[in-house]
Amino acid sequence: MGSSMAIDASDIRTSPGSDEFLKGIWQQNPIFVQVLGMCPVLAVSNTAKNALAMGLATAFVLLMSNMVVSSIRNYVPRQVRIVTFILVIATFVTVVDYLIQAIDLELHKSLGSFISLIVVNCLILGRAEAFASRNTVSRSALDGLGMGVGFCMALLCLGAVRELLGNGSLFGMAIFGDRFQPWVVMVLPAGGFFALAAWLLLFSWIAQVRARRVKIEEATS
Amino acid sequence: MNDTALWTLFVDACLINNFVLVYFLGICPFLGVSGKLATATRMGAAVSFVMLVSSMCAFGIHALLVAIDAPYLQLISFIAVIASTVQLVEMFIRKVSPALFRALGIFLPLITTNCAILGVALFQTNRGYGFAQSIVYALGAGAGFTLALVLIAGLREKLELARTPDLVKGTAITLVLAGLLSLCFMGFAGLSQ
Repeated sequence: MGSSMAIDASDIRTSPGSDEFLKGIWQQNPIFVQVLGMCPVLAVSNTAKNALAMGLATAFVLLMSNMVVSSIRNYVPRQVRIVTFILVIATFVTVVDYLIQAIDLELHKSLGSFISLIVVNCLILGRAEAFASRNTVSRSALDGLGMGVGFCMALLCLGAVRELLGNGSLFGMAIFGDRFQPWVVMVLPAGGFFALAAWLLLFSWIAQVRARRVKIEEATS
Repeated sequence: MNDTALWTLFVDACLINNFVLVYFLGICPFLGVSGKLATATRMGAAVSFVMLVSSMCAFGIHALLVAIDAPYLQLISFIAVIASTVQLVEMFIRKVSPALFRALGIFLPLITTNCAILGVALFQTNRGYGFAQSIVYALGAGAGFTLALVLIAGLREKLELARTPDLVKGTAITLVLAGLLSLCFMGFAGLSQ
């Protein structure tokens, strides 16, 4: 968590709005780069459907809480700001909880208490504290949307891989046919750790290759 | 009302359904504070204490909310109680042991956003545990959290001495270690029969 605060302290206020949106998706992707909000990520990413639902719920809470926090940022005393932010977040999580219950009861059951646990997702409080409490409403909304989309995509990547390997299906549709021998460990808790570690390795490998290429270009020019 | 035996409840929360390795709760401090064995132990103790206090408060709040018929306030009041307990612990530790206060640093206030603590409060309510059961469940969860934190801290201290490729250093190798630990804990599943 500490690292994200350090990155955000240097956020440039004058950057164009599209940057606020795009940085959450790639450069500062909450899961693959900042490694924030891991708990729900690992717990509900055993199928692609659960992962997508969790991602959308978190993105909604992130967007709404960012907007509210930034619109009240000048009226909240510094000492009680964290508690205020958490209460704002908890309100929106309660809304989402009842919303999902109304739309799809089956989904609500399979996600269980993890919807309520969005309250303590460090990503949301981190964005409220590091970004929304210092920037305008529109900028915070873009930031929340970008981070939300980035979170959602990363969660979907993880969920799709785990469902594909552990169950041989994607969104409940069989992909590999009857002869596929499911890799059961991938849908078990241990598989969550392994799949995430593999994605992180892939990302740091890409970063390494890119850095090496830049170095070679500098040397030859 | 739930009538699970207290001892079963403790073993269940601590080993079979370990909060960190099976439920994935409290992963942030698990990855963040597990670099050194000594800090990990103290962090585990602090979290266990907050867990115990907030679990007792959560039991009272739940009873109150049922009495006034306002279940939608549950989440908000739980998190408010946890935040104030953490504030209390923070003041207490600063007064009694300034050295420990500095060692824990930013991770002390961050206990508020530790999902394991809210997790205990939510699970005990959902499963309808009584007061004694809630306390034992919180104790078990705290012991399990500390156990997982100490295990991974020990492994990471050893890992410092090992030669690992640059690519996997940091979070990736820690996650692989956590995955292996989680596989080991799957062995405890047999205890539940």
